[in-house]
Amino acid sequence: MEQVPKIPKEKFKLLNKQDNEASESLGTPSLTYLQDVRRRLFSNKVATACLIILGLIVLISIFAPAVAPHNPNAQKVEYSNLPPKLGNLNIPGFNGMQDMGGKEVDAYKQVGAPKGTYYILGTDYLGRDLLSRIIYGTRLSLIVAVLATLVDLLIGIPYGIVSGWKGGRVDTFLQRIVEIVSSIPNLIVVILMMIILKPGLTSIIIAIALTGWVTMARLIRAQTFQLKEQEYVLAARTLGESSTKIASKHLIPNLSSTIIIQTMFTIPNAIFFEAFLSFIGIGIPAPNASLGTLLSDGQKAFRFLPYQMWAPAIILSLIMIATNLLGDGLRDAFDPQSSD
Amino acid sequence: MTKYILRRILYLFLTLFIIASITFFLMKLLPGTPFTNQNRLSPEQLKIVKAQYGLDQPVFIQYIRYIGGLFQGNLGTSFQFNNEPVTQLIGQRLAPSMQIGAQAMIVGTIFGILLGAIAAIRKNTWVDTLATFISILGLSIPSFVLAVLLQFYLAFKWHIYPVALWDNFQSSVLPTLALAALPLGNVARFMRTEMVDVMSSDYIELAKSKGNSNWQVVTKHALRNSLIPVVTIIGPMAVSVMTGSMVVENIFSIPGIGEQFVKSITTNDYPTIMGLTIFYSFLLILVILIVDILYGLIDPRIRLGNGGKE
Amino acid sequence: MERILDVKNLHVDFKTYNGTVHAIRGVDFHLNDGETLAIVGESGSGKSVTVRSVLRLLAKNASISQGEVLYHGEDLLKKSEKEMDNLRGNKISMIFQDPMTSLDPTMTIGKQVAEPLLIHNKVSKADALKRAEEVLRLVGIPNPKARMKDYPHQFSGGQRQRIVIAIAIVDYPEILIADEPTTALDVTVQAQIIDLLRELQQKIGTSIIFITHDLGVVAGIADRVAVMYAGKFVEYGSVDEVFYDPQHPYTWGLLDSMPTLNTSEQDRLNSIPGTPPNLLNPPTGDAFAPRNAYALQIDTEQQPPFFKVTKTHYAATWLLHPDAPKVTPPVSIQQRFKKYQAWLEGDVK
Repeated sequence: MEQVPKIPKEKFKLLNKQDNEASESLGTPSLTYLQDVRRRLFSNKVATACLIILGLIVLISIFAPAVAPHNPNAQKVEYSNLPPKLGNLNIPGFNGMQDMGGKEVDAYKQVGAPKGTYYILGTDYLGRDLLSRIIYGTRLSLIVAVLATLVDLLIGIPYGIVSGWKGGRVDTFLQRIVEIVSSIPNLIVVILMMIILKPGLTSIIIAIALTGWVTMARLIRAQTFQLKEQEYVLAARTLGESSTKIASKHLIPNLSSTIIIQTMFTIPNAIFFEAFLSFIGIGIPAPNASLGTLLSDGQKAFRFLPYQMWAPAIILSLIMIATNLLGDGLRDAFDPQSSD
Repeated sequence: MTKYILRRILYLFLTLFIIASITFFLMKLLPGTPFTNQNRLSPEQLKIVKAQYGLDQPVFIQYIRYIGGLFQGNLGTSFQFNNEPVTQLIGQRLAPSMQIGAQAMIVGTIFGILLGAIAAIRKNTWVDTLATFISILGLSIPSFVLAVLLQFYLAFKWHIYPVALWDNFQSSVLPTLALAALPLGNVARFMRTEMVDVMSSDYIELAKSKGNSNWQVVTKHALRNSLIPVVTIIGPMAVSVMTGSMVVENIFSIPGIGEQFVKSITTNDYPTIMGLTIFYSFLLILVILIVDILYGLIDPRIRLGNGGKE
Repeated sequence: MERILDVKNLHVDFKTYNGTVHAIRGVDFHLNDGETLAIVGESGSGKSVTVRSVLRLLAKNASISQGEVLYHGEDLLKKSEKEMDNLRGNKISMIFQDPMTSLDPTMTIGKQVAEPLLIHNKVSKADALKRAEEVLRLVGIPNPKARMKDYPHQFSGGQRQRIVIAIAIVDYPEILIADEPTTALDVTVQAQIIDLLRELQQKIGTSIIFITHDLGVVAGIADRVAVMYAGKFVEYGSVDEVFYDPQHPYTWGLLDSMPTLNTSEQDRLNSIPGTPPNLLNPPTGDAFAPRNAYALQIDTEQQPPFFKVTKTHYAATWLLHPDAPKVTPPVSIQQRFKKYQAWLEGDVK
């Protein structure tokens, strides 16, 4: 069919097998699972950006005392409701000017603030620095979210593992409880708990955790059911390894992706509940600031001083968006099939 | 199927009973008297008031009475609001809540399905990115923030809709929009995932190999198959709308049960809180039950009783 | 015999996360009117991609970078998407591997079988359903009239594959592409499906491209066989030629790994050592060389061309070069040669 090309005769010698095996080892280097996950996550620009944004927010919250320009609870009633002013820069919206009866007035001059006094995001009705309150408020909201999520994990993971691992009657009983808890809208459970417990940080955390664990427990149970039947777990059982050892050595590592991803969806949920409770007035008590209380205060003055609500609203939404998107990115990174 | 529904209804009442019991005893754990918000009462007056509400009886007797009342559809009497029966209170305020709740769910579901389907069809293009971004916004911005923003710009500044009023359809637009954002985001994301899954399935390839155009593949095969599972998130969606309605009704001064609930919390009106808790739970379980039955009706694999071979 | 399909120098690339995979690297084949061509190869060799290219049903990240697919002399690769829609399910149709997942779970069987008719012909719904019923009877679904209203999950795997076949033949296609139609089925059901395909071919006179990794299945259905490895054909010829006078070491390996009636319990089945090459960076020489016990020096440097064995039988191996050393194929292959010789001589007499 084709012309036979001219080829020197010595090329037609049989190769021995060793040569073959050597050439076979050529291939692309393989990545471990975690390396692969990391590579996929960082190749996702959106997720990486969210990670950076969240990292910054967390850093600022941790170092709040150093970063915040003022004491967040220090009142200076004579400086109340000052508009944002960023140094002497004349940026519209950040120049300390306020519309009063149709005229632009320098609000800082009006209250007789000495030169050099400025509040980047303005002050609230008690003359407290809004930027400092937002930094501290974010810190408090994050603390609530992280602690609530931790409690969530501490209840949800063991509950799910026990339910899935034991199966049978234990499982049926535990699932009934889950069913009942999830039949009451989360928020109502949280509100009931908030009414019974004294308002405060601990109560909020307990209240949020009490409802949040259900989803985690469900997911972990379903996964445990699957893992239980895996060969390597069966092997470990046959070899007589103790249940706790199997759980820590075989189950938790394989559940980790589920746990991490679910955590990324629990955190915004907890932030939302805190904000919600504080917004309706049964959350973090005054004078401490959280994103919820700031929104609540901001809403009262929103019609005339919109910046007081915009700032916390943007931060809250930013955290929620970033955690949601990061959660998506992590899910795609852990389970590439889910996205493609 | 009938047997299954009957069993589910039995469970519904069982769950409600447990919830009612838990709420009852939780409320009894509360320190102090429920009348702290009312005018200072003399010990004698307090005694009379307590007797009036049956609070002088042992807790157990109160419990029996309360549960007995529940079976007759009696959720107790409010401590505030002119001692109205809680059922009556709910009855008067149900309509506005139901209206904006239903409107929000319908708007959220329809636009969510559209958004999710478009994202799935145009997967990995800028359309997909935009749709995903919109749904993430819907999920991330709390309804009360959205409500305040909508109220400020669309009502207060630009006068397109009333600020806070409850009379005609116009006044329900803003609360509906504020509440619809979350279901919209949820449905869109869920729909996208489902549809991407369906679009990569073997039967879609077979449909394509039959000579269907891309559009026909979507309308004849992909949409229906991805829509069926979306039914399952109606339950969680109802919860989020319920939650949102509490503040959204407050912000827009809508005389609904959500607004009532928040008011009862701030006034320590325990019977109303208990009654509304039970009522909300009842609604939720009912929605989940209806969804499950609906799912069975529209999915042929479940409809015919056997799970098929998979 | 008319060539109804002629594929020339087909190249298909896949863009992946790690780079471009050259899945098909120059494939030529043709299909004669009324014949059955089997394409054999291990998973990942590119059989499915080859036939999907004919229908242009490739994944989004795939692209046909070179080549022609001539159907009655017209290049399908130059047709518009709309023209392709008109061909699919009408002139050329396809049977898929897994009957459990290839039927729409929420549509009745009757509608699914009637669908191609409604797309391609101006027929009424009632007529289409009537025709669907006939075809379902033809493929051996008992009581088709009543079962048309059933959903896929109410049928067994074998029945579902019959339904998939019914969908493929309902519009009397000229070419039927069967992509491993028996792989997902029980062995007994496999034989039934093969019989059905053969019977249908006689009844409606369609040409079949049959893809499989199972050589045992091929003997029962094919007229010609093409053996595929790492995105290229390595040998093709009539069934007898490929089965009893194989020339390529890869074909030897495939045949040698097949159990025969003479394989006793003590015998171990032979396998081909190693794994197929990574097609991200295809080797410069013969792709099979690293696994080939008969590899020559030249194999690592230059890809072998097709050498003609008979008028219908070609193989791409340097062993057929006049300068190549004589090698001794595996014992089972030598036995095949002997049978073939005996058969040829018997024929001559």
